[in-house]
Amino acid sequence: MSKTTVTTNRWRTVDVVVAAVIAVTFGVIFWAWGLLWNVVTPAFAFLPATQAIMYGVWLIPAVLGGLVIRRPGAALFCETVAAVVSVLLGSEWGSITILQGLSQGIGAELAFAAFRYRSFRRPTALLAGALTGLGAAVFDFFVWNGEYALGSYRIPYALLTIASATAIAGVGAWSLTRALAKTGVLDRFPAGRERTTI
Amino acid sequence: MNLEPVARPDAPLARRNPVAKLAAALLCSIILIATLDPVAPAIAIAVELALLPLFGVRLRVLARRALPLLVSAVGILVTLVLFAAERSGRILVEAGPFLITSGVLITALGLVLRMFAVALPGVIVVATTDPTDLADALVQNAKLPARFAYGALAAFRLVPLLAQEWQMISMARRARGVDAGRNPLARLRLFGSTAFTLLVGAIRRGTRLAVAMDARGFDAMTPRSVARRQHFGRADGLLIAGAAVLAGAALAVSIATGTFRPLIG
Amino acid sequence: MSAVRLRGFGWRHAGRKRWAVRGLDLRIEHGERVLLLGASGAGKSTLLAALAGLLPEDSGEQEGTVEIDGRDPRTAREEVGLLFQDPETQLVMARCGDDVAFGPENRGLPAEQIWPRVDEALHRVGFRYGRDRPTAALSGGEQQRLALAGVLALRPSLLLLDEPTANLDPAGAALIRDAVATALDTDTTLLLVEHRLAEALPLVDRVVVLAPGGGVQADGTPQAVFAAHGEALAAEGVWVPGHPAPRRRATTAAGSELLAADELALPPRLATVSLTVRAGEALAVHGPNGAGKSTLALLLGGLLAPAAGRVTATAELAGGDARTPPHRWRAPALVGRIGSVFQDPEHQFVTATVADELALGPRRTGRTEAQVRTTVDALLDRLRLAALAEANPYTLSGGEARRLSVATALATAPRLLVCDEPTFGQDRRTWRELVELFAELRDNGHGLVTVTHDTEFIAALADRQVGLEHPGSTP
Ligand SMILES: Nc1ncnc2c1ncn2[C@@H]1O[C@H](COP(=O)(O)OP(=O)(O)OP(=O)(O)O)[C@@H](O)[C@H]1O
Ligand SMILES: Nc1ncnc2c1ncn2[C@@H]1O[C@H](COP(=O)(O)OP(=O)(O)OP(=O)(O)O)[C@@H](O)[C@H]1O
Ligand SMILES: [Mg+2]
Ligand SMILES: [Mg+2]
Repeated sequence: MSKTTVTTNRWRTVDVVVAAVIAVTFGVIFWAWGLLWNVVTPAFAFLPATQAIMYGVWLIPAVLGGLVIRRPGAALFCETVAAVVSVLLGSEWGSITILQGLSQGIGAELAFAAFRYRSFRRPTALLAGALTGLGAAVFDFFVWNGEYALGSYRIPYALLTIASATAIAGVGAWSLTRALAKTGVLDRFPAGRERTTI
Repeated sequence: MNLEPVARPDAPLARRNPVAKLAAALLCSIILIATLDPVAPAIAIAVELALLPLFGVRLRVLARRALPLLVSAVGILVTLVLFAAERSGRILVEAGPFLITSGVLITALGLVLRMFAVALPGVIVVATTDPTDLADALVQNAKLPARFAYGALAAFRLVPLLAQEWQMISMARRARGVDAGRNPLARLRLFGSTAFTLLVGAIRRGTRLAVAMDARGFDAMTPRSVARRQHFGRADGLLIAGAAVLAGAALAVSIATGTFRPLIG
Repeated sequence: MSAVRLRGFGWRHAGRKRWAVRGLDLRIEHGERVLLLGASGAGKSTLLAALAGLLPEDSGEQEGTVEIDGRDPRTAREEVGLLFQDPETQLVMARCGDDVAFGPENRGLPAEQIWPRVDEALHRVGFRYGRDRPTAALSGGEQQRLALAGVLALRPSLLLLDEPTANLDPAGAALIRDAVATALDTDTTLLLVEHRLAEALPLVDRVVVLAPGGGVQADGTPQAVFAAHGEALAAEGVWVPGHPAPRRRATTAAGSELLAADELALPPRLATVSLTVRAGEALAVHGPNGAGKSTLALLLGGLLAPAAGRVTATAELAGGDARTPPHRWRAPALVGRIGSVFQDPEHQFVTATVADELALGPRRTGRTEAQVRTTVDALLDRLRLAALAEANPYTLSGGEARRLSVATALATAPRLLVCDEPTFGQDRRTWRELVELFAELRDNGHGLVTVTHDTEFIAALADRQVGLEHPGSTP
């Protein structure tokens, strides 16, 4: 994997639209996932921090966008658009979701930037997952969880968020990219051209 | 999923520039998120509800959209009862590990009110804003790059199609003899495989859409012109300033009454 | 004023070993009206994309040259307008007027010139609604007209149309052809791709046939081309006028009843309809775009619950389950009795290879592994998919994907088969194979319901027809 790099940094139309489509599709999936999230909340009632295990799903578009589009800004763009879309679809959290999306997208973006947008292997994906989880954890730590006990709630919640993001958003997005490449839909992207010709 | 604005479009504040409305909502949310006390959000919610008619949004519509927040409110209460950082005040209930004090309840009230106060402005803006107008205003007034704004807008148009497609894929699974029955694990697997098929189809559509957009000159290096003008006038500036003043005033009252509790520190 | 020159042109898509087009030498003078023919996969769509400058360097490999008035098509985009086959993916904006204005905006036209152009383009294609109409509220035919208006608003001198009527009912297709005919100026060059040519011929004065191996197989006036190459082209999968399809009507009377629909309705998608399906009979359902044909197919297939009326299966079809309606059956029981083929084959694929796709249904109904193997091998052979057994279903060409989706429904040998547009976008060869296959099933006592716009298919196969009206048109 990953020898192919993008020569120019100008986004083609297909990069813009497919990045947005990934974000929009996850906006729709989030909408379904949000229903599920609320349904299972009672099940986690006695150890609410453990619900962070499911957190990674919200962060997949950031890592997936970076892995598929492979351009500076892709991770940030995907996660932000996904947040805007879920706001437009009537997310109950309102416009603050956009800030949350930004803080999560920046995490993944930093990971890809750290490899100078040259490596899109599993370790990069893991790092991107972990950092986007960190972005999310920091936001929640201060903004939403400020009133909860530090040792028994805030810190476990933050750590679980990062673990979940690494596993679900990092490994998940990496496997998802490979599965997508096999279907042929990524043929116009470097990620899709790494499969064998037929 | 409803993508159409649900407000009367001629209401005085609904007519404001979408960028101004978005900025006002964000500003309001950011200021209000800075405190944890019940007073400031309570004032803000009262003002937000009082302004509702000026946005042309009916209370019923707003209530329906904000309904899921009630579930989250219960979540906050449960979490606080179990994990509150401080348990000051009079003891109300004491049963084994459960210790509910008046302080815990006031904190919970503060958090729940804050959540509503922060969410409402965004919900109101969404209810009164057409996505096309938002993209136009983001390009013309906020100077966002047109390629990104209209690329995202074109993708957004696929949302209702994707919702239909989700139904279609589920039916196709059934036609192939695949259903989950009552097994929760099988349900999760089916959710995953349906979502994957949806994503594949969506990316394929997106690729075709991008080609169609290029065929109509979207990728041309010539500067784009605008067919729909968005104005950003004095009234729009006033809306943003007004939002800041209102949220700031709510905060000031809470500081003056001594209930103010900053988020950090 | 656009002339097209191709010299030894070839294109290979990234990730493919085969060239999509190769060794193509062609001159098209400005003002000519050309019909481009060729079997499925011959590279017609690829060629149009090349002429529109839509094959980026990094998405494949090029041989030879393409020129439009002596320029590289990638720099001559403003001369070219391309209408794609699928209208849904080429509408960009949420309101009709904005969508037509999208192209002129990209060209940087001043706003005061844009709206008059938009109105003129909408008028030329006979668009019924105003600029503010949401694009989501249009039928397939109306969307196609709007897309054509979006292309015409750019005033292209080279107009490229890729199967512009494939999704449409016969009336809608005629409207689009009229719109094209009236929209053409004397100095507009036209290049049209269309599988069904009888209707397209009045629009053109020249026919070019691409050879499957590369290069041009025939070129000239329609009369000359069909006189010289008619037989050979028909054998290779091109629809040629004067080579009618064989008839395959039932030779014996229909058997017992399998399924009945009583006063079935699902407003606003489907108005009330009643019908019965019998064993050994092919029933065709037709009607305009949006009449609810696909909805009816889903209801009959036990995939959707009706809002009014009911679907009843007889004991002949369902044994002891005959008392519960099909949409309540568990999926494994359903696939053994009623097979469904969807309008879009890609919706139907669940696994990663063609062979697994065929094995899925039989495994679900509890056959032994040996029985599954026999069924799969027989179907792969029968539908010419054996070489693709290990391929991913999403990488198949349109014709192959269609054949696979029909095969998956056949794999569980259901007594009743419900097919939605089984012949849509197919070349003649696949078309004939499908007719033959359905006819055999019918003659072996299976019941068959096909939803289709394809009048030739109805003429060749259907023993009985049901016409649906638009749900809005009846009180
Ligand atoms: N984006 C792509 N990536 C890889 N291969 C492709 C791509 N598009 C087309 N092909 C292949 O190129 C060949 C020519 O395809 P093309 O779509 O041009 O055929 P066509 O003549 O238009 O066929 P049809 O009549 O079925 O529309 C086919 O083998 C097809 O599988
Ligand atoms: N999932 C859905 N939800 C709501 N409306 C739908 C849905 N699917 C289709 N419709 C609408 O129901 C009507 C009938 O649709 P249907 O797809 O059954 O028509 P059809 O006769 O198969 O048309 P076509 O010839 O274009 O395939 C159309 O107006 C369509 O827009
Ligand atoms: Mg084609
Ligand atoms: Mg249909």
